Amino acid sequence: MKYGISSRLGCFAAVLALSITAVGCGSGAKGSNKDITIGLITKTDTNPFFVKMKEGAEKEAKAKGVKLMTAAGKFDGDNASQVTAMENMIAAGVKGILIVPSDTKAIVPSLAKARAKGIDVIALDTPPDPQSSADALFATDNLTAGTLIGKYAKSVEGAKPVKIAMLDLNPGITVGVLRHNGFLQGYGITGSDPSIVCTQYTAGDQAKGQTAMENCLQKDPGINLVYTINEPAALGAYTALKAAGKTATTMIVSIDGGCSGVKAVQSGQIAATAQQYPLKMASQGVDSIVAWAKGGKKASGYTDTGVNLITAKPQPGLDSKDVQFGLANCWG
Amino acid sequence: MSDTTETSVTDRTEQVRSASAKVTRFATLPTVGPLAALLLACLFFSLSTDRFLTGGNLSLVVQQVMEVGTLAIGQTVVILTAGIDLSNGAAMAFGTIVMTRLAVGGLPAPLAILLGIGVCAAFGALNGTLVTMARLPAFIVTLGTLNIAFALTHIYSRDQTITGLPKTLTALGQTFPLGNTDVTYGSVVMLAMFVIGWYVLRFTAAGRHVYAVGDNPEAARLSGISTRRLLITVYTVAGAIYGVAGLLLVGRTAVGDPQAGQTDNLDSITAVVLGGVSLFGGRGSIIGVLFGALIVGVIRNGLQLMGVASIYQVLITGILVILAVGVDQLARRRRA
Repeated sequence: MKYGISSRLGCFAAVLALSITAVGCGSGAKGSNKDITIGLITKTDTNPFFVKMKEGAEKEAKAKGVKLMTAAGKFDGDNASQVTAMENMIAAGVKGILIVPSDTKAIVPSLAKARAKGIDVIALDTPPDPQSSADALFATDNLTAGTLIGKYAKSVEGAKPVKIAMLDLNPGITVGVLRHNGFLQGYGITGSDPSIVCTQYTAGDQAKGQTAMENCLQKDPGINLVYTINEPAALGAYTALKAAGKTATTMIVSIDGGCSGVKAVQSGQIAATAQQYPLKMASQGVDSIVAWAKGGKKASGYTDTGVNLITAKPQPGLDSKDVQFGLANCWG
Repeated sequence: MSDTTETSVTDRTEQVRSASAKVTRFATLPTVGPLAALLLACLFFSLSTDRFLTGGNLSLVVQQVMEVGTLAIGQTVVILTAGIDLSNGAAMAFGTIVMTRLAVGGLPAPLAILLGIGVCAAFGALNGTLVTMARLPAFIVTLGTLNIAFALTHIYSRDQTITGLPKTLTALGQTFPLGNTDVTYGSVVMLAMFVIGWYVLRFTAAGRHVYAVGDNPEAARLSGISTRRLLITVYTVAGAIYGVAGLLLVGRTAVGDPQAGQTDNLDSITAVVLGGVSLFGGRGSIIGVLFGALIVGVIRNGLQLMGVASIYQVLITGILVILAVGVDQLARRRRA
């Protein structure tokens, strides 16, 4: 009878699990669109960018009276969880799926499966590879975002010799590669240019950004231009530069346009950032699927949800928005 | 003198034998808890969403757990010896990159698959050798090989997802009809491997030795079991099983993905723990682990069908793991 208790506890575990479930599933649907369900799959549940995107989708779904299902991977690059989420959403009978692909190539067979079932598949933020494997793309052009800050940096530095540190995302993730390449294009150099003295992965994390910058400064204390994949990495880099007493001589440029990022632009920690609009991507995506489900046209091709250069020190000949605009439109 | 020695060896053999008998009982009973939890979860989801209890959806759940479930078979064998393998997801990912890259590069697919599985087995052998010969804790050894396998995966794949795979590589992701439901070949492979694992652990001498070494390594050694050889074999076989899991993953996603498997080590441990296998070794049934893996799959699928955000899966899984370990500890204390 030693195991009586084990099976009783097993049952208890299941019951507890189920009661939590019951609390979690209070998503009520109302209005004439209530039989429309839309799925949203982001890369992670924790990154503020995706939290904001989810908020945008939830708000819009509520306004339109449709049901929204959400899911996310466990980490940036987690393809398997996204595949599973897609399958489950197909099984749940969704009309359309909005997805931020974690792995742009690996997700393609799953997108094809969903579309074969007549589901409207819209990629948000990141294009799948090939882009045509989703019905449509609502995104910031990450390459353009990188180009904007590359051009800005070039405009400030002019012909002055620079030593560049590149604080990247993680190996093999498209967004990171696009932004990185965009910066190089904007600055007018290639990846093998001798002015790039250090390239490090940061996972877009502030602490890892700081470590990466510290190591870069060990390698070459003369670094005076820092490209960062996003603002957390930029703020980490700033901390390292401050400790080394080099903030006055070093310029940091970044991408994303989160609220803390824009504030860092305001205070001069970051010279410029390229702002994108996750909320817009999600709400436009929801609208588009609802419109199609109600007999309208299916969205196709690329819808640019926009990107703006945000800086406190505009450069002549470069379109940019000021910090006030950035704060009014920031996320996170 | 020789008499006393003999008696003591006989005593110890007797100890092992009685431990063995206990194990036989333990092997059947702990599956009851996980099975009950699984059935209860199924019942709940059948009542709350009419899409859950369909052949297509149940087949989907099995298909979704086939990779982690298979990894959990290897993990179970290792944990039964009182070891642990943190490197299994990473080793699997390296195996998949090896098999997909070689096959896309023009090597005949069956040979590429064998080499991929071979690489995983080699990782297992490395783990086993370091654990036994260098006498390092399995936790540390496999933490090291996790990083090595992760790095090799990214170096060898050049961070590129490998696409355009030949059909042979994705064959296990294909389906066959069963009644009016489509079942994936990979699901059948996973179930067959659980059955084989169950048979080997339960009815063969090698299987009994795994339990004996996990329960009391000293007694096992004194009763004539070559502990070192057994451990190296266990880690190597587990490695090969991870290779098969990799093949199942490739069949499911139809790509070679260098990012794969990063949390699978913990997911496989979760399945093992939910399956009622003791993390202290020597106790538990592999069939329980199948139920453990299915519990995770059913919760994930069921919550999604109900429209609950994925973070609740994580919350519930966490609670279940703690409860399962709590049950193990309680059973242990009662036994002592």
